[in-house]
Amino acid sequence: MAEQPILLEAKNIIKDYGSGPVLNEVSLQIHKGEVIVLIGPSGCGKSTFLRCMNGLESIQSGQILLDGEVITEGKTDWPKVRQKIGMVFQNYELFPHMSVIDNIVLGPVKVQGRDKKEVIKEAEKLLERVGLLEKKDAFPRQLSGGQKQRVAIVRALILKPEILLFDEVTAALDPEMVREVLDVILELASEEYTMLIVTHEMQFARAVADKIVFIDGGKIVESGEPEKFFTQPETDRARRFLNTFIYAK
Amino acid sequence: MQDLGIRVLFMGNNFARLMEGLWITIRISLIAVALSIVFGILLGMLMTVKNPIIRALTKVYLEFIRIMPQLVLLFLVYFGLTKSFGINLSGEVSAVIVFTLWGTGEMGDLVRGALISIPKHQYESGEAIGLSKWQVYYHIIIPQILTRLVPLAINLTTRMIKTTSLVALIGVVEVLKVAQQIIEANRYTVPDSALWIYGTIFFLYFIACWPISLVAKRLEKRWKTA
Repeated sequence: MAEQPILLEAKNIIKDYGSGPVLNEVSLQIHKGEVIVLIGPSGCGKSTFLRCMNGLESIQSGQILLDGEVITEGKTDWPKVRQKIGMVFQNYELFPHMSVIDNIVLGPVKVQGRDKKEVIKEAEKLLERVGLLEKKDAFPRQLSGGQKQRVAIVRALILKPEILLFDEVTAALDPEMVREVLDVILELASEEYTMLIVTHEMQFARAVADKIVFIDGGKIVESGEPEKFFTQPETDRARRFLNTFIYAK
Repeated sequence: MQDLGIRVLFMGNNFARLMEGLWITIRISLIAVALSIVFGILLGMLMTVKNPIIRALTKVYLEFIRIMPQLVLLFLVYFGLTKSFGINLSGEVSAVIVFTLWGTGEMGDLVRGALISIPKHQYESGEAIGLSKWQVYYHIIIPQILTRLVPLAINLTTRMIKTTSLVALIGVVEVLKVAQQIIEANRYTVPDSALWIYGTIFFLYFIACWPISLVAKRLEKRWKTA
């Protein structure tokens, strides 16, 4: 595969809530079509990093570049940037007062000013792909966690973002529902979607990632190919982390 | 029947006058409530911003409005403005101003409570699909708080209707004042009219407030299933 252009780039990001840096000089390049999975212990800063990338958290120092343009300096048009950087959250956060279809079309119609009928057609197609077409008029409270999360993914997809951020999207799900959500993401990966994923599902990370980035203490400790990372991690810290997932009698 | 005090009610245009008085009561309340809802939503939004100065100011405002008896506020606006600044407001306008100030404070606090009960992630997921701050409020937050606010706003409305009886003290002839006038005018001919007239007032207040509660219940039900 020829080297793709860099889509999203973080340069020496420092994030500090006031009690020491949560992210300390983190740099990362995400190429077009690449799937990067961020892993690391709880509180290591991986979710914060994700949230910085679309401006939900401000950064104290460093730069974020989207398509080569700095988006963290001066007055950023965040609504415009966020149409290019889609995000799916841990707790799905569908809008409870709207039906599934209304949840999905809100963004394209209100933000991108697209024709509602056309958007609804497209939304139905996407819903069919994730197996939820018959739920289009249901309200979020009538759906299971896995179904809600698939709707949330469609809601992000319909804006045709250049990159998707997934923030521990299966962490709040019952175990048997994790699979249905991860399958959707795997399918997106096979279609060359660019994705930045934070997850605790190691098997999934190994299967979906082009590159694993291991973060601890607000720094990137190690990064590389998934096979190598999971079988022969370079750092001691990564080895210890991976060992916590191994059970032996 | 002729000896009962209730006949006072049907002498001359007494009943019509009572209804006129009731209309003034309701008119003041409705205008004040409508304004309170609009300003209250804005105040509630201001109360949730991060800026400490704005927060402090809104808090002082709310406490001031809550601590001051409404009657004192009425006197302040009606007599105070005239004395100090030569602004001469009619009793009814003063009443609308005072009840709007009061309602805005109370409503603002209710809106603030409803706003902070909406999870932070609702704002974030709205912003994450590219909505502006105002669009997030308009499409996502306000529709959700409205359903929570309806019962509280109705409660405020009925409280306001009842409290408007105070405006008689700044010369507005609302329903209670009319009642007093009727009783006074017939004190010698029908000494026991007070019970009947005030009894009628009781029903008038009830008739004014009951439908509002009914509407509230229906709205609540409809929005719950929506």
